Amino acid sequence: MCLAVPGRVLSITEVDGTSMAQVDFGGVSKDVCLEYVPDVTVGEYVIVHVGFAIQRLDESSAQETLANFERLGILEEEFGDGLTRAAEQAGGDR
Amino acid sequence: MKYLDEFSNPDLARRLVDQIHAVTTRPWAMMEVCGGQTHSIIRHGIDQLLPDGVEMIHGPGCPVCVTPLEIIDKALAIAAQPGVIFCSFGDMLRVPGSSQDLFGIKSAGGDVRVVYSPLDALKIARENPDRQVVFFGIGFETTAPANAMTVYQARRLGVRNFSLLVSHVLVPPAIAAIMESPRCRVQAFLAAGHVCSVMGTAEYPPLAEKYQVPIVVTGFEPLDILEGIRRTLVQLESGRHELENAYPRAVRDEGNVAAMAMLRDVFEVTDRTWRGIGMIPGSGWRLSERYRDFDAEHRFEVAGLHTEESPLCRSGEVLQGLLKPNECAAFGKQCTPRNPLGATMVSSEGACAAYYAYRRLDLVQIS
Amino acid sequence: MTAGLDFENWTCPVPLRDTPTIVMGHGGGGAMSGELVEHLFLPGYGAAGAAAEPGRYELGDCAVVPAGDTRIAFSTDSFVVKPMFFPGGSIGDLAVNGTVNDLAMAGATPLYLSAAFILQEGTAMADLGRIAGAMGAAARAAGVRLVTGDTKVVDNGSGDGVYVNTSGVGIVPDGVHIGPGRAAAGDAVLISGDIGVHGVAVMSCREGLEFGTTVSSDTAPLHGLVAAMLATGADLHVLRDPTRGGVAASLNEIARTARVGVDLVERDLPIPPEVSDACSLLGLDPLQVANEGKLLAFVPAERVDEVLAAMRAHPYGSGARRIGTCVTEHPGMVVARTALGGTRVVNMPIGEQLPRIC
Repeated sequence: MCLAVPGRVLSITEVDGTSMAQVDFGGVSKDVCLEYVPDVTVGEYVIVHVGFAIQRLDESSAQETLANFERLGILEEEFGDGLTRAAEQAGGDR
Repeated sequence: MKYLDEFSNPDLARRLVDQIHAVTTRPWAMMEVCGGQTHSIIRHGIDQLLPDGVEMIHGPGCPVCVTPLEIIDKALAIAAQPGVIFCSFGDMLRVPGSSQDLFGIKSAGGDVRVVYSPLDALKIARENPDRQVVFFGIGFETTAPANAMTVYQARRLGVRNFSLLVSHVLVPPAIAAIMESPRCRVQAFLAAGHVCSVMGTAEYPPLAEKYQVPIVVTGFEPLDILEGIRRTLVQLESGRHELENAYPRAVRDEGNVAAMAMLRDVFEVTDRTWRGIGMIPGSGWRLSERYRDFDAEHRFEVAGLHTEESPLCRSGEVLQGLLKPNECAAFGKQCTPRNPLGATMVSSEGACAAYYAYRRLDLVQIS
Repeated sequence: MTAGLDFENWTCPVPLRDTPTIVMGHGGGGAMSGELVEHLFLPGYGAAGAAAEPGRYELGDCAVVPAGDTRIAFSTDSFVVKPMFFPGGSIGDLAVNGTVNDLAMAGATPLYLSAAFILQEGTAMADLGRIAGAMGAAARAAGVRLVTGDTKVVDNGSGDGVYVNTSGVGIVPDGVHIGPGRAAAGDAVLISGDIGVHGVAVMSCREGLEFGTTVSSDTAPLHGLVAAMLATGADLHVLRDPTRGGVAASLNEIARTARVGVDLVERDLPIPPEVSDACSLLGLDPLQVANEGKLLAFVPAERVDEVLAAMRAHPYGSGARRIGTCVTEHPGMVVARTALGGTRVVNMPIGEQLPRIC
């Protein structure tokens, strides 16, 4: 389930008493309901599912996650066999 | 798309795959709960990159697949009524009921419309005050807030010609039912990232403890899935069984408080029959008493329908992870995406459709 | 069942699927449309139908038929697009360019078009005027003439505004033999530019799905591009404009007709970010999204560089590149190598492409 994509809030208005936003997904923009993320401000990112923002996207967390992936394997490259040996000892036979 | 494309980076994927191989010492079987995760795994060929002994069992996280046959038949009956505009997500249009699907109803003259959001259906209701507009409210916890807000707005704005046909299903009871199944082989779960964006993570530690299974909240892009698998394997290899959040950019432990408040108001828990699996107690949501007047099942006469599943369809066993799609006798023969017997072959993430779409090559090569 | 159809003589063992009526998917350009032709129309036409062998019908964009000393390319296409006006064009542009391109895919020089209209009572004159003007402009740009036509009106309540059918004829130069059956293992598979553009442009203004985008339809006449490719002297095996059903439908049809496999490299597919983003939003596969100003070419491997150079020198081929190879393995199937190094089958689209939530 749950095709939801991150987009950036461009503008916020109220339609029939409901908080709505124009959200930019790169080349595409769509009207999205913001009622579930009332504190979100213009310029922030939200996760959008079927026309609703269901959660704020935590940008620093996203960047940290990517940085963690970048670091994976780098330790092995830097410290070479030592780390691989340690991993093998810890994990038993492959 | 920013914060999406970066999580498909092939070089980083390679690193994650290497780490997965480095940490795995023996066979493991884990289940990805969400159909969107199944789709991503097979579409990117992620399962082909894993160590031989690591098996991904595809879970029942496809609301299209598990929407009860009775509800599909009710949807078809309502859509066939004159004066009704029946609105639905695209996914549901080709799901077979006992004898046909929504496309068939459209062909026979029914006004069936695909919408991207339930709010579009509400808009249609306001633009067509002399017609009854029904929205097919299916989905897991991820989609329920959207449906809830729509019926809440309908009530607030007095849009009386709008109603909702509700069939929501819940993940934690499904996990429990899978673990209680005698033939269960699942040793860990990748929990559904966007369900947890809404509901938070509180329901999972008790399940991890009770069934002694690692549960890792996982996203949908290739790097997210590989990271979810990696963390799961690290836990399995070290004998741990905890909840972990591998999708922190979109999931917080407390979930979305505003959405959960709306859900408590609009829906109430009910027993739900999962198509192909059976009745799982307390595994669904229906409209609460306060919103009963917007419930399409009450507004329309749809009792006494005769529902009958194809005897050949083994979707249920596939949904429980007990059968691989290509092990089903009907797979690729009587049952294809063009002519599906069961919902798992229709939904773009039903395991059978995913297998048919992306795995036929392996089957060709094997034969 | 319908009187006049003799079901006893259907040779194909796979029966028409058990829908008693036509459904939207039959017009989607995918497997269902193909079935309707194979299991209903061709058997109905019998001996008067396409001259191809029974059970193996020609899925080319147009027919090439002898006429005295020359060969005529003859094609027809109907346009039912909603909405009628969309970013980058209208049903009028599609109606002219669509048939011009069908002829061009046979290597023909398009010459004359007919235009038949089925109009819903109540259609605005101003809209029809715009469409006619667009057709005139497109025809002038393509160097073809609209020489005959017809107009019918149906009740308010039947039909959906404006339906246009265009048919066209052109001359196929001597020595040019282009058709899906000629695809051969070893051929390079080329695309003339960005994919998914037209489909996204149209979807962006469709009721229930509207979204903002900078994407404009890529509708364009391609016979000039084809002429430039032919001028290299290369023996072009197959040309196809991947309209409804997208690149996926076209490649699957060619693979099936020629009984070859196609290997694609996902990283080499030219998908503009706006198309990719719209597809991510709606859960669509860019390979299944329609194109109206692009062509696929199957070209002998040794001529690829020259053909690509000729394409890139032409305004409608500036983004041309190689996206795959024709192979002997997995005949009838199109397989893509994913960016992660896995493989996936690129399926024939079933019916209409629908946005999904799951």
